[in-house]
Amino acid sequence: MASKHVNPTRMEMKRIKARLKTARRGHRLLKDKRDELMRQFMEIVHENRVLRERVEKGLSEAMAALSTASAVMSPEMLEQALLYPKQSVELGVSYKNVMSVHVPVYEFKTKNNDPSEIYPYGFAMTSGELDDALSALSGVFTDMLELARIEKTMQLLAQEIEKTRRRVNALEYIMIPEMEQNIRFITMKLDENERGNIIRLMKVKDMILQQAHGYEI
Amino acid sequence: MAKYKIAVIGGRESVMGFKALGLDVFTAEDPNEARQTFRELVREGEEYAIIYITECLSVNLKAEIDKVKDKPFPAVILIPDKEGSIGLGMAALKSAVERAVGADIL
Repeated sequence: MASKHVNPTRMEMKRIKARLKTARRGHRLLKDKRDELMRQFMEIVHENRVLRERVEKGLSEAMAALSTASAVMSPEMLEQALLYPKQSVELGVSYKNVMSVHVPVYEFKTKNNDPSEIYPYGFAMTSGELDDALSALSGVFTDMLELARIEKTMQLLAQEIEKTRRRVNALEYIMIPEMEQNIRFITMKLDENERGNIIRLMKVKDMILQQAHGYEI
Repeated sequence: MAKYKIAVIGGRESVMGFKALGLDVFTAEDPNEARQTFRELVREGEEYAIIYITECLSVNLKAEIDKVKDKPFPAVILIPDKEGSIGLGMAALKSAVERAVGADIL
């Protein structure tokens, strides 16, 4: 089924053949790209799963500790203790190119490098549970950052894989078969024309011979 | 390298601890408030590179979160809240796999 009308000319055929060649090459390249993306994606998914489990577990623990702290302390005291943070963070973002997908790389900087700086309060008025909760939280935070990086990378890769897969399929199942069909159609048409031409010539020859010599075949 | 900040959106009790770590904490008790905050954070230009949001609040923000999913910026990450995980983070992972592979292979 040649869906569109194509001109059955030699020139058109030459053009389609060149396009087909390009399409085949593109298809092969995209297929390789898809396979490589997929390989990296599976690695990242695995990493992501492990990391997410760890973060979820760590965060649950830290939050449980925080609940304990809020049970021991009065809400106002707790609020006050956490009101003004001593620590502040800065995040540098650069991009890494993975198979032409730009994935973020985070660089984490804290204003104070002293780990004890996460406690923005005096120890006199607060309970020890709060200290525990905050240290647990800061412990899980590096994993959280890593999770952010990996999860974003995974999302971006997933998108790219989807796109590449669609392209590969479109080339493989639509573009390439269609062009092959068109080439076949043109070849057949040209051959048919050629045969028609030969028959015509033979007929003309017969007619001329009959006129010249007056004999029947 | 440009400088960015990290935001956390969630219920007051779930996220207040992050304040001590130096993150920008935005409390939101109900989904509407969360949506408002989230939109503002995304709109605010390129200020926040990572937005952590609790799973419970993310349920009603799916459309907004999906919109930024394909952009390299910002990263929206689901975290469990004080009641623990309800499995949405893992579900997001699964859906990404499904999207890439075409089937759930985990």
